[in-house]
Amino acid sequence: MTQKTTGNSRRAFLKGAALSGVSLAAGKASAATPDPLITEVQPWASGLGDGVDETPYGLPIQYESDVVRRNVEWLTADTISSINFTPIHALDGTITPQGCAFERHHSGAIELKKEDYRLMINGLVDRPLVFTYADLERFPRENHVYFCECAANTGMEWAGAQLNGAQFTHGMIHNMEYTGVPLRTLLEEAGYDTAGKWVYVEGADASSNGRSIPMEKALDDVLVAFKANGEALRKEHGYPVRLVVPGWEGNMWVKWIRRIEVTDAPVESREETSKYTDTLEDGTSRKWTWEMDAKSVVTSPSPQSPITHGKGPLVITGLAWSGRGAITRVDVSKDGGKTWETARLAKPGEKMALTRFYLDTDWDGEEMMLQSRAMDDTGYVQPTKSQLREVRGLNSIYHNNCIQTWLVRSSGEAENVEVS
Amino acid sequence: SPVAAETFGLGRAALPEEIAAWDKDVSPDGTGLPVGSGDVLTGEEVFAEQCAVCHGDFAEGVGNWPKLAGGAGTLADDDPLKTVGSYWPYLSTTWDYVNRSMPFGNAQTLEPDEVYAIVAYILYSNDLVDDEFVLSNETFEDVVLPNHDGFIVDDRIETEHSKWVGEPCMENCKEDVKVTMRAMVLDVTPDEGGDDIT
Repeated sequence: MTQKTTGNSRRAFLKGAALSGVSLAAGKASAATPDPLITEVQPWASGLGDGVDETPYGLPIQYESDVVRRNVEWLTADTISSINFTPIHALDGTITPQGCAFERHHSGAIELKKEDYRLMINGLVDRPLVFTYADLERFPRENHVYFCECAANTGMEWAGAQLNGAQFTHGMIHNMEYTGVPLRTLLEEAGYDTAGKWVYVEGADASSNGRSIPMEKALDDVLVAFKANGEALRKEHGYPVRLVVPGWEGNMWVKWIRRIEVTDAPVESREETSKYTDTLEDGTSRKWTWEMDAKSVVTSPSPQSPITHGKGPLVITGLAWSGRGAITRVDVSKDGGKTWETARLAKPGEKMALTRFYLDTDWDGEEMMLQSRAMDDTGYVQPTKSQLREVRGLNSIYHNNCIQTWLVRSSGEAENVEVS
Repeated sequence: SPVAAETFGLGRAALPEEIAAWDKDVSPDGTGLPVGSGDVLTGEEVFAEQCAVCHGDFAEGVGNWPKLAGGAGTLADDDPLKTVGSYWPYLSTTWDYVNRSMPFGNAQTLEPDEVYAIVAYILYSNDLVDDEFVLSNETFEDVVLPNHDGFIVDDRIETEHSKWVGEPCMENCKEDVKVTMRAMVLDVTPDEGGDDIT
């Protein structure tokens, strides 16, 4: 791991604070002098904007150029079998724009056109089948919103506070509305044998990312999806077809899915033995830790989203989710967990989907130690990192759903910290 | 038939050649292994040619690339080294993964005998076989990896959920709160623009 000693975060903060000074002056309830943005005719109020043929498929306006996926070079050996991070610190609501939704590949984002796409079902079935992309569009479809969280999200934080920003600590996640065919429908089309207790699914890419899924889950809510947030999947998210495995670790959401094999036993592939197994303190390891437990994080204020408006009204907001059901409640603490207030959910929690919470507060300008604590409809309460470490030790790598703390200083600057 | 009546009649029958081309996974009991064999010394040559640039001459790893050998007995250490020898439960996984997904950037180019030889060499590099060893579809089941029994099925429901359910504390939950660790001391977060960390 490479370490740097310059105060980058501080520089970034000061830059942000300088910019905000302008809007602060313009935003005062009473002004000493008239605001020229109001009293002078601005170019956009006089001239013309772009024509409707300017942008057949648009990108965000240039002033939002910081709302992008980010890479952390030291995490992996190269950028091909690697991860990047969703800018959750800058987003609101629950739907992740596909263009900045995180990526995780094991042999890169491949380009697979619909004409070249084939999906095979084989193994313990009456009729091994090959489907084209066009075939898949002829099965009855469903729409569902689900989060996809990498098993390693927050994994760098097991040993301590490392990365300074919600994007980096919690951004291996996205939440989309998927359209697709239930996996159950395809298994029925092939006539699966009841001796088949598992399905093994693999992608068309070189890594294949093969994973074993128990038949009970395969028949329950797994989708073979071809649309996300209304449009085709992005190349980097599995175009033209991926698996959607609600509530379960992102690795099992096999992209560019090419084969589904019904088997009587798990394959115990590389991605469920060497990887995605969780080592405990005594050296034994858990396998098949599929569900992503209830988790939350304050997205603003946070290290990349400092308070720049001074004291007074402040919106504390964040995301909560659970792989075991719906979020029922999120509590927020400003004092590192001594006292808690119940936040407002923007909408009732939906099963295995991101839920937005808000705590509308009046900030007195004092230092805060901000935390959020999610509860789901199984009654489970998001644990602290100490509670998790007591059970698991420090080397689980995956499934870190601990409560996060941001130290917000009186300057408004925020930092990733651990507290006693 | 009644079963056919419930289907949509979409897709077409997969041909045996097509299934054989794509269904290459190998299970812990060896199901899926093709007939073939390879010895340690042949494996050393193939490994030097195909694998050593990233994984090292002795499978010890180069730079940040994965180490395939070593780490025996380190799983309960502060910084465990997880390799085929120290961590992986089944030899089938090694064969299957090398065959399907290695070498990185040139996957699915190895012949079955080359895969047997490479896997034999990885076993040798982990001090699990001697240099005379020949791995084949017939000797495959003789090899039991050291961490074969090192895995338990997810037990979070019993060990975690049962104690973290219920009404949580809202007031006076702690006497005192202190900052014990700070990310800015470590300072490994990329700059705005994501260009530095060199």
